[in-house]
Amino acid sequence: MKIDQKAWFDRAWRGLLLGLMLLFVVNIGLMVAAVGTSSVARRWLGTWLPEGWTTTWYTAAWKEFQLDSVLWVTVEVVFAVVALSLLIGVPAAYTLARRNFIGKRALMLLFLLPLMVPAITYGIPLATVLYQVQLAGTIYGVILANLIPAAPFVILVMTPFIEQIDPNLESAARVFGAGTGRMFWHVLVPLLAPGILAASLLVLVRTIALFELTFLTAGPDSQTLVVALYYAVFAAGVRAPQSVDAMAMIYMAVTLVWLLIALRFVNPTQLVSRVKEHPQPVL
Amino acid sequence: MSAAADTTPHAPLDRALLLVVPAAAFMLLLFVYPFLYGLALSFDPKQGNWLANYTFFFTTDNEWPTIWTTLKLALPATLINVGLALPIAYKMRVKTRYQRWVTTILVVPITLGTVLIAEGMLTYFGPKGWLSQFLQLVHLYDGPIRLTHNYWGVLISLIVSGFPFAFLLILSYITGIDPVLARAAATLGADPKAQFRHIYLPLLAPGLAMCLCLAFVQAFSVFPSAILLGSPAGPTRVISIAAYEAAFEQYDYSLASAIAMLMGLVQLVIVAAVLALRGVFYRGPVAGGKG
Repeated sequence: MKIDQKAWFDRAWRGLLLGLMLLFVVNIGLMVAAVGTSSVARRWLGTWLPEGWTTTWYTAAWKEFQLDSVLWVTVEVVFAVVALSLLIGVPAAYTLARRNFIGKRALMLLFLLPLMVPAITYGIPLATVLYQVQLAGTIYGVILANLIPAAPFVILVMTPFIEQIDPNLESAARVFGAGTGRMFWHVLVPLLAPGILAASLLVLVRTIALFELTFLTAGPDSQTLVVALYYAVFAAGVRAPQSVDAMAMIYMAVTLVWLLIALRFVNPTQLVSRVKEHPQPVL
Repeated sequence: MSAAADTTPHAPLDRALLLVVPAAAFMLLLFVYPFLYGLALSFDPKQGNWLANYTFFFTTDNEWPTIWTTLKLALPATLINVGLALPIAYKMRVKTRYQRWVTTILVVPITLGTVLIAEGMLTYFGPKGWLSQFLQLVHLYDGPIRLTHNYWGVLISLIVSGFPFAFLLILSYITGIDPVLARAAATLGADPKAQFRHIYLPLLAPGLAMCLCLAFVQAFSVFPSAILLGSPAGPTRVISIAAYEAAFEQYDYSLASAIAMLMGLVQLVIVAAVLALRGVFYRGPVAGGKG
Protein backbone atom coordinates (compact mmCIF):
# COMPACT_ATOMS: atom_id res chain seq x y z
CA MET A 1 0.00 0.00 0.00
CA LYS A 2 2.69 2.40 1.03
CA ILE A 3 4.87 1.45 -1.97
CA ASP A 4 1.87 2.03 -4.24
CA GLN A 5 1.29 5.48 -2.86
CA LYS A 6 4.93 6.33 -3.25
CA ALA A 7 5.05 5.19 -6.87
CA TRP A 8 1.96 7.24 -7.60
CA PHE A 9 3.49 10.28 -5.97
CA ASP A 10 6.65 9.75 -7.97
CA ARG A 11 4.75 9.57 -11.22
CA ALA A 12 2.71 12.69 -10.39
CA TRP A 13 5.90 14.60 -9.62
CA ARG A 14 7.52 13.52 -12.86
CA GLY A 15 4.36 14.45 -14.78
CA LEU A 16 4.27 17.87 -13.15
CA LEU A 17 7.87 18.60 -14.13
CA LEU A 18 7.29 17.40 -17.68
CA GLY A 19 4.13 19.51 -17.88
CA LEU A 20 5.92 22.64 -16.71
CA MET A 21 8.71 22.06 -19.19
CA LEU A 22 6.24 21.56 -22.01
CA LEU A 23 4.27 24.67 -21.01
CA PHE A 24 7.46 26.70 -21.07
CA VAL A 25 8.76 25.36 -24.37
CA VAL A 26 5.41 25.39 -26.18
CA ASN A 27 4.60 28.96 -25.18
CA ILE A 28 8.02 30.24 -26.15
CA GLY A 29 7.83 28.36 -29.44
CA LEU A 30 4.45 29.90 -30.18
CA MET A 31 5.72 33.31 -29.16
CA VAL A 32 8.56 33.11 -31.65
CA ALA A 33 6.22 31.65 -34.26
CA ALA A 34 3.84 34.59 -33.74
CA VAL A 35 6.65 37.07 -34.42
CA GLY A 36 7.73 35.02 -37.42
CA THR A 37 4.22 34.83 -38.82
CA SER A 38 3.69 38.51 -38.33
CA SER A 39 6.94 39.33 -40.13
CA VAL A 40 5.70 37.69 -43.34
CA ALA A 41 2.08 38.82 -43.02
CA ARG A 42 0.45 41.21 -45.44
CA ARG A 43 -2.31 42.19 -43.00
CA TRP A 44 -2.99 40.44 -39.71
CA LEU A 45 -5.75 41.72 -37.47
CA GLY A 46 -7.35 39.41 -34.94
CA THR A 47 -7.52 36.26 -37.03
CA TRP A 48 -5.67 32.97 -36.65
CA LEU A 49 -3.54 33.48 -39.72
CA PRO A 50 -2.87 36.56 -41.80
CA GLU A 51 -4.75 37.28 -45.01
CA GLY A 52 -1.73 37.14 -47.27
CA TRP A 53 1.97 36.52 -47.26
CA THR A 54 4.83 38.73 -48.29
CA THR A 55 8.54 39.12 -47.75
CA THR A 56 8.64 42.84 -48.41
CA TRP A 57 8.86 43.59 -44.66
CA TYR A 58 12.35 42.20 -44.54
CA THR A 59 13.62 44.47 -47.28
CA ALA A 60 11.69 47.35 -45.73
CA ALA A 61 13.21 46.70 -42.30
CA TRP A 62 16.65 46.34 -43.83
CA LYS A 63 16.40 49.77 -45.41
CA GLU A 64 14.41 51.50 -42.68
CA PHE A 65 16.70 50.53 -39.81
CA GLN A 66 19.91 50.63 -41.87
CA LEU A 67 20.59 47.09 -40.87
CA ASP A 68 23.70 46.72 -43.01
CA SER A 69 25.57 49.33 -40.98
CA VAL A 70 24.03 48.10 -37.69
CA LEU A 71 25.09 44.53 -38.44
CA TRP A 72 28.57 45.68 -39.36
CA VAL A 73 28.90 47.58 -36.07
CA THR A 74 27.64 44.50 -34.22
CA VAL A 75 30.22 42.29 -35.89
CA GLU A 76 33.02 44.74 -35.13
CA VAL A 77 32.01 45.15 -31.49
CA VAL A 78 31.46 41.45 -30.87
CA PHE A 79 34.73 40.27 -32.42
CA ALA A 80 36.75 43.01 -30.76
CA VAL A 81 35.21 42.11 -27.39
CA VAL A 82 35.88 38.39 -27.86
CA ALA A 83 39.49 38.92 -28.95
CA LEU A 84 40.34 41.45 -26.24
CA SER A 85 38.62 39.53 -23.45
CA LEU A 86 40.59 36.41 -24.39
CA LEU A 87 43.80 38.40 -24.61
CA ILE A 88 43.54 39.77 -21.09
CA GLY A 89 41.41 37.01 -19.56
CA VAL A 90 43.31 33.83 -20.42
CA PRO A 91 46.69 34.90 -18.98
CA ALA A 92 44.98 36.11 -15.81
CA ALA A 93 43.08 32.83 -15.53
CA TYR A 94 46.37 30.96 -15.90
CA THR A 95 47.96 32.78 -12.99
CA LEU A 96 44.87 32.39 -10.84
CA ALA A 97 44.74 28.66 -11.58
CA ARG A 98 48.43 27.93 -11.03
CA ARG A 99 49.78 30.31 -8.43
CA ASN A 100 48.98 31.14 -4.86
CA PHE A 101 49.83 34.62 -3.84
CA ILE A 102 48.91 37.29 -1.36
CA GLY A 103 45.84 39.18 -2.49
CA LYS A 104 44.52 36.35 -4.64
CA ARG A 105 41.16 36.35 -2.91
CA ALA A 106 40.83 40.11 -3.34
CA LEU A 107 41.67 39.70 -7.01
CA MET A 108 39.06 36.96 -7.42
CA LEU A 109 36.52 39.27 -5.80
CA LEU A 110 37.51 42.03 -8.22
CA PHE A 111 36.80 39.70 -11.13
CA LEU A 112 33.56 38.39 -9.64
CA LEU A 113 32.03 41.74 -8.71
CA PRO A 114 31.18 42.94 -12.24
CA LEU A 115 29.07 39.82 -12.68
CA MET A 116 27.34 40.27 -9.32
CA VAL A 117 26.43 43.94 -9.67
CA PRO A 118 23.59 45.03 -11.97
CA ALA A 119 24.96 46.44 -15.23
CA ILE A 120 23.07 49.70 -14.77
CA THR A 121 24.78 50.31 -11.42
CA TYR A 122 28.24 50.63 -12.93
CA GLY A 123 26.98 51.44 -16.41
CA ILE A 124 25.75 54.92 -15.47
CA PRO A 125 28.96 56.07 -13.71
CA LEU A 126 30.96 54.43 -16.51
CA ALA A 127 28.98 56.26 -19.17
CA THR A 128 29.62 59.51 -17.28
CA VAL A 129 33.36 58.86 -17.23
CA LEU A 130 33.38 57.80 -20.89
CA TYR A 131 31.55 60.99 -21.86
CA GLN A 132 34.23 63.01 -20.10
CA VAL A 133 37.05 61.38 -22.03
CA GLN A 134 34.87 61.58 -25.16
CA LEU A 135 34.77 57.86 -25.76
CA ALA A 136 31.04 57.45 -25.17
CA GLY A 137 29.02 57.47 -28.36
CA THR A 138 31.89 55.90 -30.28
CA ILE A 139 32.43 52.27 -31.08
CA TYR A 140 35.50 52.21 -28.80
CA GLY A 141 33.38 53.19 -25.81
CA VAL A 142 30.93 50.42 -26.62
CA ILE A 143 33.75 47.87 -26.87
CA LEU A 144 35.30 48.99 -23.57
CA ALA A 145 31.94 48.85 -21.78
CA ASN A 146 31.18 45.38 -23.11
CA LEU A 147 34.59 44.13 -21.98
CA ILE A 148 33.74 44.75 -18.33
CA PRO A 149 31.48 41.72 -17.94
CA ALA A 150 33.22 39.76 -20.74
CA ALA A 151 36.77 39.64 -19.37
CA PRO A 152 35.77 38.38 -15.89
CA PHE A 153 33.50 35.85 -17.58
CA VAL A 154 36.45 34.47 -19.57
CA ILE A 155 38.50 34.29 -16.36
CA LEU A 156 35.75 32.42 -14.50
CA VAL A 157 35.22 29.91 -17.32
CA MET A 158 38.92 29.39 -18.06
CA THR A 159 40.27 28.99 -14.52
CA PRO A 160 38.76 25.51 -13.94
CA PHE A 161 39.82 24.48 -17.45
CA ILE A 162 43.43 25.39 -16.74
CA GLU A 163 43.33 23.78 -13.29
CA GLN A 164 42.63 20.37 -14.78
CA ILE A 165 45.66 20.46 -17.12
CA ASP A 166 48.59 18.54 -15.67
CA PRO A 167 51.28 21.00 -14.49
CA ASN A 168 53.90 18.34 -15.25
CA LEU A 169 53.46 19.12 -18.96
CA GLU A 170 54.64 22.65 -18.31
CA SER A 171 57.54 21.43 -16.21
CA ALA A 172 58.53 19.09 -19.04
CA ALA A 173 58.49 21.97 -21.50
CA ARG A 174 60.65 24.01 -19.16
CA VAL A 175 63.13 21.13 -18.75
CA PHE A 176 63.61 21.23 -22.51
CA GLY A 177 64.38 24.90 -22.30
CA ALA A 178 61.15 26.57 -23.33
CA GLY A 179 60.58 30.04 -21.93
CA THR A 180 57.23 31.20 -20.60
CA GLY A 181 56.18 32.54 -23.98
CA ARG A 182 57.05 29.40 -25.93
CA MET A 183 55.55 27.16 -23.26
CA PHE A 184 52.35 29.21 -23.49
CA TRP A 185 52.05 28.98 -27.27
CA HIS A 186 53.27 25.44 -27.86
CA VAL A 187 51.94 23.62 -24.79
CA LEU A 188 49.16 25.53 -23.11
CA VAL A 189 47.28 27.11 -26.00
CA PRO A 190 46.81 23.82 -27.93
CA LEU A 191 45.66 22.08 -24.75
CA LEU A 192 43.37 24.95 -23.88
CA ALA A 193 41.88 25.24 -27.37
CA PRO A 194 38.54 23.59 -26.44
CA GLY A 195 38.20 25.82 -23.38
CA ILE A 196 39.14 28.94 -25.33
CA LEU A 197 36.66 28.05 -28.03
CA ALA A 198 33.93 27.52 -25.42
CA ALA A 199 34.69 30.76 -23.62
CA SER A 200 34.84 32.81 -26.81
CA LEU A 201 31.57 31.44 -28.15
CA LEU A 202 29.83 32.10 -24.84
CA VAL A 203 31.22 35.64 -24.69
CA LEU A 204 30.09 36.12 -28.28
CA VAL A 205 26.51 35.04 -27.54
CA ARG A 206 26.41 37.11 -24.37
CA THR A 207 27.79 40.21 -26.06
CA ILE A 208 25.25 40.06 -28.88
CA ALA A 209 22.45 39.95 -26.31
CA LEU A 210 23.92 42.41 -23.79
CA PHE A 211 21.63 45.39 -23.82
CA GLU A 212 22.17 47.76 -20.92
CA LEU A 213 25.83 48.67 -21.30
CA THR A 214 25.63 49.17 -25.05
CA PHE A 215 22.45 51.17 -24.62
CA LEU A 216 24.11 53.51 -22.10
CA THR A 217 27.30 54.07 -24.07
CA ALA A 218 26.29 53.88 -27.74
CA GLY A 219 25.77 56.84 -30.00
CA PRO A 220 23.71 56.89 -33.17
CA ASP A 221 26.54 55.38 -35.27
CA SER A 222 27.62 52.76 -32.75
CA GLN A 223 24.37 50.93 -32.00
CA THR A 224 24.49 47.18 -31.97
CA LEU A 225 21.61 45.08 -33.23
CA VAL A 226 19.93 44.65 -29.85
CA VAL A 227 19.91 48.40 -29.15
CA ALA A 228 18.61 49.18 -32.63
CA LEU A 229 15.86 46.61 -32.03
CA TYR A 230 14.98 48.29 -28.74
CA TYR A 231 14.60 51.67 -30.41
CA ALA A 232 12.52 50.06 -33.14
CA VAL A 233 10.11 48.48 -30.62
CA PHE A 234 10.15 51.58 -28.41
CA ALA A 235 9.06 53.81 -31.28
CA ALA A 236 6.83 51.14 -32.79
CA GLY A 237 3.81 53.41 -33.02
CA VAL A 238 5.05 55.16 -36.12
CA ARG A 239 6.02 52.01 -38.03
CA ALA A 240 4.23 48.96 -39.31
CA PRO A 241 4.54 46.29 -36.61
CA GLN A 242 5.51 43.76 -39.27
CA SER A 243 8.71 45.59 -40.08
CA VAL A 244 9.71 45.58 -36.39
CA ASP A 245 8.91 41.87 -36.31
CA ALA A 246 11.05 41.28 -39.38
CA MET A 247 13.93 42.98 -37.61
CA ALA A 248 13.34 40.86 -34.51
CA MET A 249 13.52 37.74 -36.65
CA ILE A 250 16.82 38.88 -38.17
CA TYR A 251 18.14 39.46 -34.66
CA MET A 252 17.03 36.03 -33.54
CA ALA A 253 18.55 34.33 -36.58
CA VAL A 254 21.89 35.99 -35.85
CA THR A 255 22.01 34.91 -32.21
CA LEU A 256 20.53 31.48 -32.81
CA VAL A 257 23.15 30.55 -35.41
CA TRP A 258 25.92 31.39 -32.99
CA LEU A 259 24.30 29.63 -30.05
CA LEU A 260 23.82 26.45 -32.07
CA ILE A 261 27.46 26.61 -33.15
CA ALA A 262 28.41 27.13 -29.51
CA LEU A 263 26.31 24.18 -28.34
CA ARG A 264 27.92 22.06 -31.03
CA PHE A 265 31.29 22.53 -29.33
CA VAL A 266 30.34 23.13 -25.71
CA ASN A 267 28.32 20.74 -23.65
CA PRO A 268 26.19 23.13 -21.61
CA THR A 269 26.67 20.97 -18.53
CA GLN A 270 30.40 21.65 -18.57
CA LEU A 271 30.10 25.37 -18.24
CA VAL A 272 30.97 25.76 -14.58
CA SER A 273 32.53 22.48 -13.57
CA ARG A 274 33.83 19.42 -15.30
CA VAL A 275 31.49 16.46 -15.49
CA LYS A 276 32.77 13.30 -13.96
CA GLU A 277 31.94 10.55 -16.40
CA HIS A 278 30.98 7.31 -14.77
CA PRO A 279 30.21 4.08 -16.58
CA GLN A 280 26.93 3.35 -14.82
CA PRO A 281 24.89 6.32 -13.65
CA VAL A 282 22.69 5.72 -10.64
CA LEU A 283 18.99 6.23 -11.19
CA MET B 1 47.53 44.73 -6.28
CA SER B 2 49.69 41.94 -7.63
CA ALA B 3 52.85 43.88 -6.87
CA ALA B 4 52.37 42.94 -3.24
CA ALA B 5 52.26 39.31 -4.31
CA ASP B 6 55.92 39.31 -5.26
CA THR B 7 56.77 38.56 -1.65
CA THR B 8 55.98 34.83 -1.99
CA PRO B 9 58.74 32.95 -0.15
CA HIS B 10 59.76 30.51 -2.93
CA ALA B 11 60.11 32.73 -5.97
CA PRO B 12 61.78 36.10 -5.57
CA LEU B 13 60.08 37.41 -8.71
CA ASP B 14 57.54 35.13 -10.29
CA ARG B 15 57.03 36.37 -13.82
CA ALA B 16 53.78 34.47 -14.14
CA LEU B 17 52.25 36.99 -11.77
CA LEU B 18 52.70 39.65 -14.43
CA LEU B 19 50.11 37.84 -16.52
CA VAL B 20 47.35 38.94 -14.18
CA VAL B 21 48.37 42.60 -14.33
CA PRO B 22 46.56 43.59 -17.56
CA ALA B 23 43.27 42.13 -16.40
CA ALA B 24 43.60 43.66 -12.94
CA ALA B 25 44.58 47.04 -14.36
CA PHE B 26 41.70 46.92 -16.80
CA MET B 27 39.18 46.17 -14.07
CA LEU B 28 40.60 48.88 -11.80
CA LEU B 29 40.45 51.44 -14.58
CA LEU B 30 37.06 50.62 -16.05
CA PHE B 31 35.14 49.11 -13.16
CA VAL B 32 36.53 50.30 -9.84
CA TYR B 33 37.43 53.82 -10.91
CA PRO B 34 34.02 54.67 -12.46
CA PHE B 35 32.36 53.09 -9.46
CA LEU B 36 34.29 55.25 -7.00
CA TYR B 37 33.82 58.24 -9.27
CA GLY B 38 30.08 57.63 -9.25
CA LEU B 39 30.09 57.25 -5.48
CA ALA B 40 31.91 60.56 -5.07
CA LEU B 41 29.68 62.21 -7.65
CA SER B 42 26.56 61.08 -5.80
CA PHE B 43 27.67 63.11 -2.77
CA ASP B 44 28.27 66.17 -4.90
CA PRO B 45 24.75 67.21 -5.91
CA LYS B 46 23.84 70.07 -8.21
CA GLN B 47 22.38 71.96 -5.28
CA GLY B 48 21.95 71.43 -1.57
CA ASN B 49 24.20 69.72 0.94
CA TRP B 50 26.19 66.53 0.32
CA LEU B 51 23.25 64.25 1.09
CA ALA B 52 20.77 66.18 -1.06
CA ASN B 53 20.50 63.44 -3.72
CA TYR B 54 19.68 60.77 -1.18
CA THR B 55 17.20 62.92 0.71
CA PHE B 56 15.59 63.79 -2.61
CA PHE B 57 15.31 60.11 -3.53
CA PHE B 58 13.80 59.05 -0.23
CA THR B 59 11.34 61.94 0.04
CA THR B 60 10.01 62.01 -3.52
CA ASP B 61 6.83 60.07 -4.15
CA ASN B 62 7.76 58.49 -7.44
CA GLU B 63 11.37 57.74 -6.56
CA TRP B 64 11.70 55.72 -3.35
CA PRO B 65 8.84 53.27 -4.11
CA THR B 66 10.85 52.13 -7.15
CA ILE B 67 12.93 50.01 -4.76
CA TRP B 68 9.84 48.07 -3.69
CA THR B 69 8.54 47.90 -7.24
CA THR B 70 11.80 46.35 -8.35
CA LEU B 71 11.99 43.94 -5.41
CA LYS B 72 8.37 42.89 -5.96
CA LEU B 73 9.33 41.87 -9.48
CA ALA B 74 12.82 40.55 -8.90
CA LEU B 75 12.30 38.41 -5.80
CA PRO B 76 9.38 36.31 -7.13
CA ALA B 77 11.08 36.01 -10.52
CA THR B 78 14.30 34.77 -8.91
CA LEU B 79 12.54 32.30 -6.64
CA ILE B 80 10.38 30.95 -9.47
CA ASN B 81 13.36 30.60 -11.82
CA VAL B 82 15.60 28.85 -9.33
CA GLY B 83 12.73 26.87 -7.83
CA LEU B 84 11.75 25.52 -11.25
CA ALA B 85 15.29 25.05 -12.48
CA LEU B 86 16.42 23.01 -9.48
CA PRO B 87 14.05 20.00 -9.83
CA ILE B 88 14.29 19.99 -13.62
CA ALA B 89 18.08 20.16 -13.57
CA TYR B 90 18.08 17.42 -10.90
CA LYS B 91 16.09 15.17 -13.24
CA MET B 92 18.44 16.00 -16.12
CA ARG B 93 21.64 15.20 -14.23
CA VAL B 94 21.66 11.59 -15.45
CA LYS B 95 23.25 11.16 -18.83
CA THR B 96 20.60 9.81 -21.17
CA ARG B 97 19.87 10.01 -24.84
CA TYR B 98 17.57 12.96 -24.24
CA GLN B 99 19.79 14.94 -21.88
CA ARG B 100 21.55 16.88 -24.57
CA TRP B 101 18.38 17.57 -26.56
CA VAL B 102 16.31 18.69 -23.61
CA THR B 103 19.06 20.92 -22.26
CA THR B 104 19.56 22.46 -25.69
CA ILE B 105 15.86 23.20 -26.08
CA LEU B 106 15.64 24.69 -22.60
CA VAL B 107 18.78 26.79 -23.08
CA VAL B 108 17.96 28.24 -26.51
CA PRO B 109 15.68 31.01 -25.09
CA ILE B 110 18.87 32.62 -23.71
CA THR B 111 19.53 33.87 -27.22
CA LEU B 112 16.17 35.57 -27.50
CA GLY B 113 17.25 38.49 -25.37
CA THR B 114 14.90 40.71 -23.42
CA VAL B 115 13.98 42.92 -26.35
CA LEU B 116 12.93 40.07 -28.60
CA ILE B 117 10.98 38.46 -25.75
CA ALA B 118 9.16 41.74 -25.22
CA GLU B 119 8.26 41.99 -28.89
CA GLY B 120 7.16 38.35 -28.98
CA MET B 121 5.02 38.71 -25.88
CA LEU B 122 3.36 41.84 -27.23
CA THR B 123 2.36 39.84 -30.29
CA TYR B 124 1.52 36.51 -28.67
CA PHE B 125 -0.06 37.54 -25.36
CA GLY B 126 -1.61 40.69 -26.76
CA PRO B 127 -5.39 41.23 -26.75
CA LYS B 128 -5.69 39.75 -30.25
CA GLY B 129 -2.82 37.30 -30.00
CA TRP B 130 -2.95 33.55 -30.41
CA LEU B 131 -3.25 32.85 -26.67
CA SER B 132 -6.31 35.02 -26.28
CA GLN B 133 -7.89 33.52 -29.40
CA PHE B 134 -7.17 30.01 -28.16
CA LEU B 135 -8.69 30.65 -24.74
CA GLN B 136 -11.82 32.07 -26.38
CA LEU B 137 -12.01 29.12 -28.76
CA VAL B 138 -12.08 26.54 -25.98
CA HIS B 139 -14.23 28.86 -23.79
CA LEU B 140 -11.79 28.71 -20.91
CA TYR B 141 -11.83 32.42 -20.45
CA ASP B 142 -13.83 34.78 -22.60
CA GLY B 143 -12.76 38.15 -21.30
CA PRO B 144 -9.75 39.97 -22.64
CA ILE B 145 -6.53 38.67 -21.09
CA ARG B 146 -4.25 41.31 -19.73
CA LEU B 147 -0.71 40.00 -19.72
CA THR B 148 1.04 42.93 -21.36
CA HIS B 149 1.63 46.48 -20.22
CA ASN B 150 1.37 45.54 -16.58
CA TYR B 151 3.15 43.73 -13.74
CA TRP B 152 2.46 40.23 -15.09
CA GLY B 153 3.96 40.96 -18.48
CA VAL B 154 7.25 41.99 -16.92
CA LEU B 155 7.23 39.03 -14.52
CA ILE B 156 6.62 36.55 -17.35
CA SER B 157 9.38 38.07 -19.44
CA LEU B 158 11.76 37.81 -16.47
CA ILE B 159 10.92 34.13 -16.16
CA VAL B 160 11.34 33.48 -19.88
CA SER B 161 14.74 35.16 -19.98
CA GLY B 162 15.91 34.08 -16.53
CA PHE B 163 14.89 30.44 -16.36
CA PRO B 164 17.25 29.09 -19.06
CA PHE B 165 20.15 30.83 -17.39
CA ALA B 166 19.32 29.47 -13.92
CA PHE B 167 18.77 26.03 -15.40
CA LEU B 168 22.10 26.02 -17.21
CA LEU B 169 23.96 27.14 -14.13
CA ILE B 170 22.34 24.68 -11.71
CA LEU B 171 22.70 21.84 -14.21
CA SER B 172 26.41 22.40 -14.50
CA TYR B 173 26.77 22.50 -10.72
CA ILE B 174 24.69 19.32 -10.25
CA THR B 175 26.56 17.37 -12.89
CA GLY B 176 29.79 18.37 -11.15
CA ILE B 177 28.74 16.41 -8.06
CA ASP B 178 30.21 12.93 -8.08
CA PRO B 179 27.32 10.43 -8.46
CA VAL B 180 29.40 7.89 -6.53
CA LEU B 181 28.47 9.79 -3.37
CA ALA B 182 24.77 9.25 -4.01
CA ARG B 183 25.41 5.60 -4.83
CA ALA B 184 27.27 5.17 -1.58
CA ALA B 185 24.31 6.66 0.24
CA ALA B 186 21.98 4.31 -1.62
CA THR B 187 23.93 1.25 -0.48
CA LEU B 188 23.44 2.51 3.05
CA GLY B 189 19.70 2.54 2.46
CA ALA B 190 18.98 6.14 1.50
CA ASP B 191 15.95 6.53 -0.78
CA PRO B 192 16.06 9.17 -3.56
CA LYS B 193 14.51 11.79 -1.32
CA ALA B 194 17.09 11.24 1.39
CA GLN B 195 19.85 11.23 -1.22
CA PHE B 196 18.73 14.62 -2.42
CA ARG B 197 18.29 16.02 1.07
CA HIS B 198 21.53 14.74 2.59
CA ILE B 199 23.93 14.40 -0.36
CA TYR B 200 23.00 16.71 -3.20
CA LEU B 201 21.55 19.67 -1.35
CA PRO B 202 24.52 20.29 0.97
CA LEU B 203 27.01 19.87 -1.89
CA LEU B 204 24.91 22.09 -4.09
CA ALA B 205 24.52 24.87 -1.53
CA PRO B 206 27.46 27.00 -2.73
CA GLY B 207 26.41 26.67 -6.36
CA LEU B 208 22.80 27.33 -5.50
CA ALA B 209 23.77 30.46 -3.60
CA MET B 210 25.80 31.65 -6.60
CA CYS B 211 22.90 30.92 -8.90
CA LEU B 212 20.43 32.77 -6.66
CA CYS B 213 22.72 35.81 -6.65
CA LEU B 214 23.24 35.82 -10.41
CA ALA B 215 19.56 35.21 -11.14
CA PHE B 216 18.67 38.03 -8.81
CA VAL B 217 21.11 40.45 -10.47
CA GLN B 218 19.55 39.67 -13.80
CA ALA B 219 16.01 40.24 -12.53
CA PHE B 220 16.91 43.24 -10.42
CA SER B 221 18.41 45.18 -13.31
CA VAL B 222 15.27 44.66 -15.42
CA PHE B 223 15.15 47.56 -17.81
CA PRO B 224 14.00 47.05 -21.41
CA SER B 225 11.13 44.72 -20.59
CA ALA B 226 9.87 47.01 -17.83
CA ILE B 227 9.56 49.77 -20.41
CA LEU B 228 8.31 47.75 -23.36
CA LEU B 229 6.06 45.27 -21.55
CA GLY B 230 5.16 47.05 -18.36
CA SER B 231 3.70 50.41 -17.60
CA PRO B 232 6.86 52.42 -16.96
CA ALA B 233 4.95 55.37 -15.55
CA GLY B 234 3.18 53.35 -12.87
CA PRO B 235 3.28 49.82 -11.51
CA THR B 236 6.52 48.77 -13.20
CA ARG B 237 8.54 51.93 -12.77
CA VAL B 238 11.60 50.03 -11.60
CA ILE B 239 14.69 51.58 -10.10
CA SER B 240 16.75 51.30 -13.28
CA ILE B 241 14.17 53.44 -15.09
CA ALA B 242 14.49 56.05 -12.36
CA ALA B 243 18.29 56.01 -12.73
CA TYR B 244 18.10 56.19 -16.51
CA GLU B 245 15.65 59.10 -16.48
CA ALA B 246 17.84 61.03 -14.06
CA ALA B 247 20.91 60.53 -16.22
CA PHE B 248 19.65 60.85 -19.77
CA GLU B 249 16.44 62.85 -19.51
CA GLN B 250 17.26 65.31 -16.72
CA TYR B 251 21.05 65.11 -17.32
CA ASP B 252 21.56 65.04 -13.56
CA TYR B 253 24.48 62.58 -13.43
CA SER B 254 24.91 63.19 -9.74
CA LEU B 255 21.38 62.05 -8.90
CA ALA B 256 21.68 59.18 -11.37
CA SER B 257 24.86 58.00 -9.68
CA ALA B 258 23.14 58.19 -6.30
CA ILE B 259 20.31 55.98 -7.57
CA ALA B 260 22.82 53.60 -9.14
CA MET B 261 24.67 53.35 -5.84
CA LEU B 262 21.40 52.59 -4.03
CA MET B 263 20.77 49.84 -6.58
CA GLY B 264 24.15 48.37 -5.82
CA LEU B 265 23.47 48.61 -2.10
CA VAL B 266 20.16 46.72 -2.32
CA GLN B 267 21.91 44.12 -4.45
CA LEU B 268 24.63 43.71 -1.81
CA VAL B 269 22.02 43.29 0.94
CA ILE B 270 20.37 40.49 -1.03
CA VAL B 271 23.71 38.80 -1.74
CA ALA B 272 24.57 38.97 1.96
CA ALA B 273 21.18 37.44 2.83
CA VAL B 274 21.73 34.60 0.35
CA LEU B 275 25.19 33.90 1.73
CA ALA B 276 23.81 33.85 5.27
CA LEU B 277 21.13 31.43 4.13
CA ARG B 278 23.79 29.26 2.53
CA GLY B 279 25.46 28.89 5.90
CA VAL B 280 22.34 27.12 7.14
CA PHE B 281 22.80 24.28 4.63
CA TYR B 282 26.54 24.24 4.24
CA ARG B 283 29.20 24.02 6.91
CA GLY B 284 32.85 23.70 6.14
CA PRO B 285 34.51 22.89 2.84
CA VAL B 286 33.48 19.81 0.91
CA ALA B 287 36.27 18.33 -1.14
CA GLY B 288 34.18 15.78 -3.02
CA GLY B 289 32.18 18.38 -4.89
CA LYS B 290 33.31 20.09 -8.03
CA GLY B 291 36.50 19.02 -9.73
